[in-house]
Amino acid sequence: MTTNTTASTEVTQVATTRPVQPTLGWAPWRRAFWYHATFWSRTWRGQVISSFLFPVLYLASMGLGVGKLVNHHSGGVSGVTYLEFVAPALLAMTGMQIASNESMWPILASFKWTRSYWTAVSTPITPRDLVIGKLSWVAVHVAMVGVIYTCVLEAFQTLLSPWAVLLPLAGVLTGLAYAAPIAAFTATQENEKSFPVFYRFAIIPMFLFSGSFYPISQLPSWLRVVVQFVPLYHGVAICRTLALGQGSLATTGYHVGVLVALAVLGAYLCDRNFRKRLEA
Amino acid sequence: MVTDPPCSVAQVLTPDSRVSLVAARGLVKRFGDFTAVDGIDFEIYRGESFGFLGPNGAGKTSTMKMVSCISPPTEGSLTVLGQDPKTKGPQIRARLGLVPQEDSLELELSAMDNLMMYGRYFDLPRAEIKRRATELLEFTQLSERANEKADNFSGGMKRRLTIARSLISDPDLLILDEPTTGLDPQARHLVWERLYRLKSEGVTLVITTHYMDEAEQLCDRLVVMDRGKIVAEGAPQALIQQHSTREVLELRFGMDGHGPRAAAVADLADRVEELPDRLLLYVGDGDEALAAVHARGLAPLSALVRRSTLEDVFLRLTGRTLVD
Ligand SMILES: Nc1ncnc2c1ncn2[C@@H]1O[C@H](COP(=O)(O)OP(=O)(O)OP(=O)(O)O)[C@@H](O)[C@H]1O
Ligand SMILES: [Mg+2]
Repeated sequence: MTTNTTASTEVTQVATTRPVQPTLGWAPWRRAFWYHATFWSRTWRGQVISSFLFPVLYLASMGLGVGKLVNHHSGGVSGVTYLEFVAPALLAMTGMQIASNESMWPILASFKWTRSYWTAVSTPITPRDLVIGKLSWVAVHVAMVGVIYTCVLEAFQTLLSPWAVLLPLAGVLTGLAYAAPIAAFTATQENEKSFPVFYRFAIIPMFLFSGSFYPISQLPSWLRVVVQFVPLYHGVAICRTLALGQGSLATTGYHVGVLVALAVLGAYLCDRNFRKRLEA
Repeated sequence: MVTDPPCSVAQVLTPDSRVSLVAARGLVKRFGDFTAVDGIDFEIYRGESFGFLGPNGAGKTSTMKMVSCISPPTEGSLTVLGQDPKTKGPQIRARLGLVPQEDSLELELSAMDNLMMYGRYFDLPRAEIKRRATELLEFTQLSERANEKADNFSGGMKRRLTIARSLISDPDLLILDEPTTGLDPQARHLVWERLYRLKSEGVTLVITTHYMDEAEQLCDRLVVMDRGKIVAEGAPQALIQQHSTREVLELRFGMDGHGPRAAAVADLADRVEELPDRLLLYVGDGDEALAAVHARGLAPLSALVRRSTLEDVFLRLTGRTLVD
């Protein structure tokens, strides 16, 4: 008498007068991409200006300050001036920096505070669209900054090889090797506690020990082994090869391979973790 | 039994010619070992306004997430707009509007930009989104603040903006998860009034609420949920008739307990419920019962005669109150 829940069980099949039209459009993920682009575009002027300013300051300090000292004492590094040696590393470092910034707080915010991912999945957008949209946005963001940086490097006459036109792509690859695994991690987090720790004990050491400022041959041998697991090291190596036109195809292939593998593995984990969280 | 294959418009009518938009059988949602939705059946028809009434934790939101094809059922069968959410999620969601329980507006964006952004998720042309957004801001009485950041909005305005947002795709089915929780009475009435308008325009509404007055006002038909199960189903008035008396006499005595008084008046009512702060006497005629109480020399501090509500139905079925 208390329950009477089954309404007209005789009805076997049901539908609507207006059957669902597959009006999903091409590549729905591009709408998740535009979401990020829209927010970026609201402050793009400031971002472009700082994109010029930062490399200029970096090159000035490295070239005029440290570079003078190094060149004076040892006549450059690996046969090039110190400025030529450190300049291309900038692309990889920036790839790492943009990617890690984009993949921690903003992603957690979209899950927890603005809930914009929940908003998106209540529309035809799927968790996978969100992942592709986010990663492609990071790629485009790094590429835009990378193009500006490369122009600045060229203006400082630090690029010795025509392969240097590929520098922005090396930045993008480095960025994705960071963005994808970090985003996959962020998707499992309930709060931001781990982010500052990650910055201090992972990002900053990588920044310092990945051969950006000196060749890793200067490091003790055990650290040279550890560095092989650091994406930034591979990114810096690729950038340097492209900028200076030195290095073998085999080693470059190895560096590219490691970064691609990380990005692909990260993207796979992102896809899984986003879906797990949003479809709970 | 309707066994004919679907006709050309993929439409199957029920025996009483209602079109079913959502059909759930044995729907279960588990989170780990915890069962949030415990095998429920319901069917929602085109043009009606269907409610899920239940207290906190009853499983309303979990059910809405399944119906809106965000979260897949753990068990059971679910059909939404005639399709299977497992395989046609994005296609179905293209025809749904969802007002989630927690506001999820882009606070940095203006009201208008919130609608523009959301409309693009549905791949609508910009000009069309703009046209609909202008109309919907008008409808939700936000036109004057269209270009203001959503961050500056009051709770009621945010809720209305969320409703406007959910309508941008001109949905076949509008799902509202606690549309007025946390709003002050005036803001609630404004939302209700807009929902009435939608209802009268023939929009199919699914509403969850733990307010019995909201359910009574807005829902043609509803299910009462408790602890993941459906404990009753029907039209609000029919449920009240079925599970409660016409009137209720509420008696408040002092702080020294109702126990003995409950026994003293038990024979005056069909049923007596003892709440922490008052006695509820379920009777046909409240005034008559009150006179009888007085005649027995009992002097309540206050007495109130009212009509039975869904709250009483819930109390009857579960032994607990809806809002704690
Ligand atoms: N993602 C989740 N993981 C674990 N438990 C969950 C999850 N979502 C909901 N629950 C649990 O399921 C139960 C039902 O939750 P639900 O949100 O569906 O209830 P509700 O009826 O919407 O309640 P309220 O009125 O508070 O919104 C609750 O006990 C809740 O804690
Ligand atoms: Mg809820």
